[in-house]
Amino acid sequence: MNAIQIKNITKRYKDVTALDDVSFAFEFGKIYGFLGRNGAGKTTLINIIANRIFADQGEILIDGIPAKENMGVHEKIFCMSEADLYDRDLKVKDHFKWTNRFYTDFDLKKAFELSEKFNLDTNKRFKALSKGYQSIFKLIIALSLNVPYVIFDEPVLGLDANHRELFYSLLLKEFENNERTLIIATHLIEEVSNIIEEVVLIDKGKILVQETVEELLEKGYSVSGAAQEVDRYCAGRNVIGYDELGGLKVAYVLGERTVLPQESNLQITAMNLQKLFVKMTEKGVGEND
Amino acid sequence: MNVNPNIDKPIFIQIAEQLEDSIFTGVFPEETQIPSTNEISALLSINPHTVLKGMNVLVDEEIIYKKRGLGMFVKEGAVEKIRQKRQSQFYEQYVLALISEAMKLQMSKEDIISLIERGYNNERHSN
Repeated sequence: MNAIQIKNITKRYKDVTALDDVSFAFEFGKIYGFLGRNGAGKTTLINIIANRIFADQGEILIDGIPAKENMGVHEKIFCMSEADLYDRDLKVKDHFKWTNRFYTDFDLKKAFELSEKFNLDTNKRFKALSKGYQSIFKLIIALSLNVPYVIFDEPVLGLDANHRELFYSLLLKEFENNERTLIIATHLIEEVSNIIEEVVLIDKGKILVQETVEELLEKGYSVSGAAQEVDRYCAGRNVIGYDELGGLKVAYVLGERTVLPQESNLQITAMNLQKLFVKMTEKGVGEND
Repeated sequence: MNVNPNIDKPIFIQIAEQLEDSIFTGVFPEETQIPSTNEISALLSINPHTVLKGMNVLVDEEIIYKKRGLGMFVKEGAVEKIRQKRQSQFYEQYVLALISEAMKLQMSKEDIISLIERGYNNERHSN
């Protein structure tokens, strides 16, 4: 199977269970949004996939090959992480050269071209770069590597709006030119909602939802109107949250939409991905609850 | 072109509608090429699979077609096809919505008809 398969992964830190028997797959050829609140377990799982820490239980398979302590998977996966794992005294151009020696699939020429696009001075040392440019440097390395699986952990941290747009468009270009799996872990949900095809939502160490963005948006909606009428409508439905404003009540609902009767004064509107995310992780409800 | 993630309509449908509108208004004339999935995807920052899904709606409706190795082209007769489709949707999309709102406002059928006539008169004067 061409995928990153995550099988029954559990990770505990003292009395905290960071990941609780997590199983799912990132399939080849899709752009994923890997979403979750702070402390939900995103980075822990990414670090396990990237072989930086080890799980207490379970295993990761990359294209069917066990990832744990296996140098072979380095040609398959790259993880751009939020933490800075680079030598701070080395110049950007030297980082590129070393990366080129470590990875057979690094495109050195592309790295310099992208640096020009982002106006990154490759003669600067890593420590002399601003927060935003440190992110850009890491992004350029990730974008220049021709591996089938690339994970971006908070890729746009500290980037200004222009650079974020540039990054997203380069990412899509990469994806078009060279089919692969791109996994984006981010808190800026609305920015990526049109870019990602599928969402994996993790909450309190468990996978809450794995679904295409389209299906998810289809499913979540809000109903607003007079409190009593809203309550009547919501009876028996999967309500994930309420907002109230005087006599006006807004209910956030998951499930099939039904056509309102002609005389109804209720209003049904769509929810965007961010709103859905906030409501789902506030209460921590799964779709079958 | 522009998509709005906040309205209650899937992005691929929005893309199909906007391409259709551009074809209808002559931005992309018949038998000419429309932008590629790649270009639209990069321009609007939208997943290329979503863009492709939107294009396939128009392929299914025989408004555009794929020229092997070249890209998507507007089909001959596409404009007329779109016109017919929209005319047949006119009743459901506009007339029914108009009546429903009019009833909420307790306006009579005669009120509506006179408003329509007023609209046509204004249109004539402004032209």
